[in-house]
Amino acid sequence: MSAPTDHKASAHDAHGQHNDHDDHGHEDGGASHSTLKGYVTGFILAVLLTAIPFWLVMGKVFPSSSVTAMVLLGFAAVQIVVHMIYFLHMNTRSEGGWSLLALLFTLVIVVITLSGSIWVMYHMNVNMMPMSIHDMKNMP
Amino acid sequence: MRNPTAPLPSPAIATAGTAPPQAAAHPSARYYLTHEHHPANSTLLGFWLYLMSDCLVFACLFAAYAVLGRSYAAGPSGADLFDLPLVAVNTSLLLLSSITYGFAMLEMQKNKLRPVLIWLGITGLLGAGFIGLELYEFMHLIHEGAGPQRSAFLTSFFALVGTHGLHVTFGIVWLVTLMFQLKRHGLGLENRRRLMCLSMFWHFLDVVWIGVFTFVYLMGVLP
Repeated sequence: MSAPTDHKASAHDAHGQHNDHDDHGHEDGGASHSTLKGYVTGFILAVLLTAIPFWLVMGKVFPSSSVTAMVLLGFAAVQIVVHMIYFLHMNTRSEGGWSLLALLFTLVIVVITLSGSIWVMYHMNVNMMPMSIHDMKNMP
Repeated sequence: MRNPTAPLPSPAIATAGTAPPQAAAHPSARYYLTHEHHPANSTLLGFWLYLMSDCLVFACLFAAYAVLGRSYAAGPSGADLFDLPLVAVNTSLLLLSSITYGFAMLEMQKNKLRPVLIWLGITGLLGAGFIGLELYEFMHLIHEGAGPQRSAFLTSFFALVGTHGLHVTFGIVWLVTLMFQLKRHGLGLENRRRLMCLSMFWHFLDVVWIGVFTFVYLMGVLP
């Protein structure tokens, strides 16, 4: 196994040779430069964004369930973004933008899967044929 | 494989000064890249793509739970079963393990092997604590007669939370393996790459857990 420093040096030389028509030479630093400040900021934000939803539910802050559910989903979305930025070091430049593109594509599929399933199955339940004679007698 | 009749100019020729006139003179050469594009961290991008496909697996399980989560079959509901203080402890264990892994990555950047191993060990212990509490919860539910066969709600619950737990378990196996590799081979280029992949995996599992504790536990106990 060769020494890691040699690898790195040769990689940089190769980049330097054709740097005039290759603008990706700087991207290898994009994903790896994490800082203590970034992790601590992310952790404090994550703790707050976790504690508040638990408090909202366990303290029964809102009387309405649907309001609580909406607020919970909002907190979860914000916390996912916080984790993506501070822990997974997501930005528009990492891997030349390809990881963000993959993430956005996945998000589109996830949204279609979730909202489509809920929507279709809700309507199927509403329009379902009555299951028993008892249900049939009470048909509107 | 590429077409052997139209050989690709090698990168060495392409980077030399004589390459552009050659490419202009040879008409078929313009269809090929004159230099191969290899991002330095292509393994990380590939691993990220794996994580995105894993995300789709979880999306399907979440969708199943969203559809079936209120089909109790006259059995117990989430409000009857879920123990929120236990879930809060579980969540904090996973959150703490995320930042201890972050500390391991910071020590890796400073090239200090021993602190990396210590932080990884703490991360593994926190992960093991998470798995232990989850197994305790599952055993408790099954013991109460609320196993996965009881209702569609419990089937989708065990499928979703169990898949996440299985991921964490394999993450711990990977972490322990990596600790032995680090001890043996040090912080070489390969081990750094593996540490970064496991970092993404671990933080990704934490992101999925945000969805689980919000969507399954907190929203499950709402009246």
